[in-house]
Amino acid sequence: MIRFEGVHKWFGPLHVLNNINLRVKPGEVVVVCGPSGSGKSTLIRTINDLEPINEGKLVVAGMDLSDRKTDINKLRAEIGFVFQQFNLYPHLTVLKNITLAPIKIRKLDRKTAEEQAMALLERVGLAEKRNAHPSQLSGGQQQRVAIARGLAMKPKIMLFDEPTSALDPEMIGEVLQVMKDLAVSGMTMMVVTHEMGFAREVSHRVVFMDHGTVLEEAEPEEFFKNPQHDRAQQFLKQILSPMH
Amino acid sequence: MHYHFDWAVVTGGKYYEWLVSGVYVTVKLSLVSIALSFLLGLVIAVMRMSRFGPVRWFAHGYLEFFRNTPLLVQMFFWYFGSYKILPQSVNDWLVKGDFEFAAAVIALTIYTSAFIAEDIRSGVRSIPKEQMEAARSSGFSYIRSMRYIILPQAVRLTIPPLINQFLNLMKNSSLAMTIGVAELMYQARQVESYTFKGFEAFSAATLVYLAMSFVITGLMTLYDRMVLQPIKGR
Ligand SMILES: Nc1ncnc2c1ncn2[C@@H]1O[C@H](COP(=O)(O)OP(=O)(O)O)[C@@H](O)[C@H]1O
Ligand SMILES: [Mg+2]
Repeated sequence: MIRFEGVHKWFGPLHVLNNINLRVKPGEVVVVCGPSGSGKSTLIRTINDLEPINEGKLVVAGMDLSDRKTDINKLRAEIGFVFQQFNLYPHLTVLKNITLAPIKIRKLDRKTAEEQAMALLERVGLAEKRNAHPSQLSGGQQQRVAIARGLAMKPKIMLFDEPTSALDPEMIGEVLQVMKDLAVSGMTMMVVTHEMGFAREVSHRVVFMDHGTVLEEAEPEEFFKNPQHDRAQQFLKQILSPMH
Repeated sequence: MHYHFDWAVVTGGKYYEWLVSGVYVTVKLSLVSIALSFLLGLVIAVMRMSRFGPVRWFAHGYLEFFRNTPLLVQMFFWYFGSYKILPQSVNDWLVKGDFEFAAAVIALTIYTSAFIAEDIRSGVRSIPKEQMEAARSSGFSYIRSMRYIILPQAVRLTIPPLINQFLNLMKNSSLAMTIGVAELMYQARQVESYTFKGFEAFSAATLVYLAMSFVITGLMTLYDRMVLQPIKGR
């Protein structure tokens, strides 16, 4: 579903992605972790071309991102992206946040789009908030709406960039629960997160990044029990320490 | 040497009807120009932010040119000068219609759109870039992201300066008298020259302009309050 082959990217002199080789199969849930600044956000943002790559080959849902003829907007419609800061549209109600793209891009009629949006809101437990504006919701609620917004396009892949990092601790659980349900339902997911509980419970693979390279790639069991790299060991110690 | 006030001149009869027809033309001229200048302002603002150099440079030149030359000159240009540059068929069509009115609409629209474009552009710049990223991530093209997500927010934030531009436009519409559009000022002048009742005629005109200003401000403020409120919480 996603295939990186020798991908490189630079921000000026900064080699932010260095020879990335990764594969994500349909239905797989892959967690990406690593220290801050290691290139996780950049990596996940290359998948929907928010950050174009400079070198190598990247194929997503059968479309080649290194090929100029690829219709990027069509690709993006197949990928849901959930941001750390939610980025809901503040001028629209919850319902309209969810139906905008299906109506304008998928050309659904309003009624169908709204029914579908209500079903998604049910699923994330926010049906009663359909007419609220984002500013009237808590962070956790906003993030659940953002997930529903992504799902409304019936995407082939869902990408998450630290979806719980901006949340108060008591709201992290509700968002993770929605993501876990989604993972169990067979969605192909790539998730940048430091929530190791999520990685352990539902992910198929953990990717550890440092300084723009993938240092380690393993099944969660393996990764947590027996990390190969010093950097990964340090990172895990930090992240799992109760003092953290 | 006492001036004899005669308010009857402007409260009824033939001259009253002249003034009323002037109000009608002023309102029509202002409304048409406000709508067109807003749309054109949006387009120029988007062009000004385009990724393509030539489009951006054109919009930049447009802004500088029309903001920095007097409106009166522009009005004369469209009225007297456009014969020379427009094709014959267009001129024939314009002359058949109301050519003065058309020239005034064009001048007011283009002049005001340059100011509106700049206001909208600064509105757009105050929208966090993540909004564009979210829109693009859903598969919207740049232009459609602008249309459905960025501009609706930017315009809401731009309401106060837009009120100003619309008020200016309405007041500037009085310049159209110089090219023979029978709007309010033109009619007030007419009344004055027929009756020598200049004080009454221009007082009446002043009151009408004031009333129109209040209406524009009131409507825009109402709109602002009804639609801006939900996003203010941010
Ligand atoms: N648009 C950008 N321009 C220049 N440097 C950037 C840009 N975005 C990110 N960086 C830099 O690239 C590195 C990796 O960033 P990022 O992918 O956000 O890391 P992470 O998500 O792992 O914290 C950081 O050093 C960051 O400062
Ligand atoms: Mg990041």
